[in-house]
Amino acid sequence: MNDTQTKQHAIHFSSEDFDQQLKDAGDKPVFVDFYADWCGPCKLAAPIIDKLAVEYEGKAIIAKVDTDKNNDISAKYGIQSIPTVIVFKKGVEVNRKIGFPGEPVYRQMLDKAVAG
Amino acid sequence: MTTLVNESGPEKTRSSVPEKRKLVIIGSGPSGYTAALYAARAMLEPVLFAGYQSGGQLMWTSDIENYPGFVQGIAGPQLMSDMRAQAERFGTVIRDEYVTAVDFSQRPFKIWNTLPDDVDPESMTKASSEELLEITKRVKEMEPAFEAEAVIISTGATSIMLDVPGEKDFFGRGVSTCAVCDAAFYKEKETYVAGGGDSAMEDTMALTKFVKSVTIVHRRDAFRASKIMQDRVLQHPKVKVIWDSSITEVVGADKVTGVKITNLKTQAVQELPADGVFVAIGHKPVTALFADQITLDEHHYIVTRQSHSHLGVAAAQKALDEKQLVAFPSMTSVEGVFAAGDVVDVRYKQAITAAGQGCSAALDAERWLEGR
Repeated sequence: MNDTQTKQHAIHFSSEDFDQQLKDAGDKPVFVDFYADWCGPCKLAAPIIDKLAVEYEGKAIIAKVDTDKNNDISAKYGIQSIPTVIVFKKGVEVNRKIGFPGEPVYRQMLDKAVAG
Repeated sequence: MTTLVNESGPEKTRSSVPEKRKLVIIGSGPSGYTAALYAARAMLEPVLFAGYQSGGQLMWTSDIENYPGFVQGIAGPQLMSDMRAQAERFGTVIRDEYVTAVDFSQRPFKIWNTLPDDVDPESMTKASSEELLEITKRVKEMEPAFEAEAVIISTGATSIMLDVPGEKDFFGRGVSTCAVCDAAFYKEKETYVAGGGDSAMEDTMALTKFVKSVTIVHRRDAFRASKIMQDRVLQHPKVKVIWDSSITEVVGADKVTGVKITNLKTQAVQELPADGVFVAIGHKPVTALFADQITLDEHHYIVTRQSHSHLGVAAAQKALDEKQLVAFPSMTSVEGVFAAGDVVDVRYKQAITAAGQGCSAALDAERWLEGR
């Protein structure tokens, strides 16, 4: 990526800070992309996740979890297929999508979480 | 599936006048990208619709060892992003959107890329053929996005599911069509692979790196996979095979806990503990969008003049020119619409054959456009 200076990319959560991050988000929805570097469909999702992170800044928190490095949190949420995105509100899972469904579906998930 | 409102999206901002193009390519696997590469170099300024999941089946493949030119093999997603970049380098315009309807009844052909606001954007991959037909009817009431003088269809193929109880319920929670993607989540687990072709063998090998055991369930008494892949699988200490059998139910609560396996000869059913079920029983061509517009064969493959089927032979016979050569071999039943890759290929279904057919289709389209 050569445009890191101008773009705010999605932040990374780990097993250690995951619960705290959800708490810190307060009422804002948190959209978490569970991924791994070797996963082809995750590579398609990655630039879209980063783009949405910029667009929804202030309205929602968009984060990524590298499942290779964070087995504990991935297992806790029953991740068995990637990419999986989970939307949390006030620490509670409100929506989940398994597999890369395309940008419009991620947008819908975000808009719904922000509105509701 | 609930119907969701499509709130936003780049399609809303486009103008209502259709964009005119010489060539539109639908599909982004090896055949689509190769067609785009050739067409772009021929100055046809192609637009390629890649869909949301661009790259096709190879995006789900780890190492490709049989694509010539890569001595040490190459990762599927890498090969596809390279092919995409190569097509773009010569001027292909790539749109990461689905085509939502086509009208091939008159030239220029009409192509839509939007959906009515109340239609779930996942419909293009999840709706049944009948539902899709209803959706396309409504799409066609809107203004088309593109008008194309020629079209190349290279929409490829998608996994066939087992269609047994439990499969849908546990998809992504123990049922998968992508062992390469998901194997790492099955460390020291009991897994099953349904199938007997190359993709079943590749899935099995991907799993062996992580799991405690892989049991292949195959409905025949021999695999149809290539010899080298079969040997690797059958010699692996973690691999067992249950022949002449099918997985007839996936069992579980929150996630998969077992499978029911039926012996097809004796009809005996056994239930075995399982954590993961990987489905690799084959692929079906993605042609629902074109079903009412061009000739498909009995298995829904697009028929061209080089199809390896009775319909293909008949079409070729009719297309013999004055030199007794088949004119435009990649042309479908509609003049000006060409097809290439797994959406046509009833026999080989390889990355290299798809790429080769993409090349043929682009050359045919170029020559056909010149001759008009």
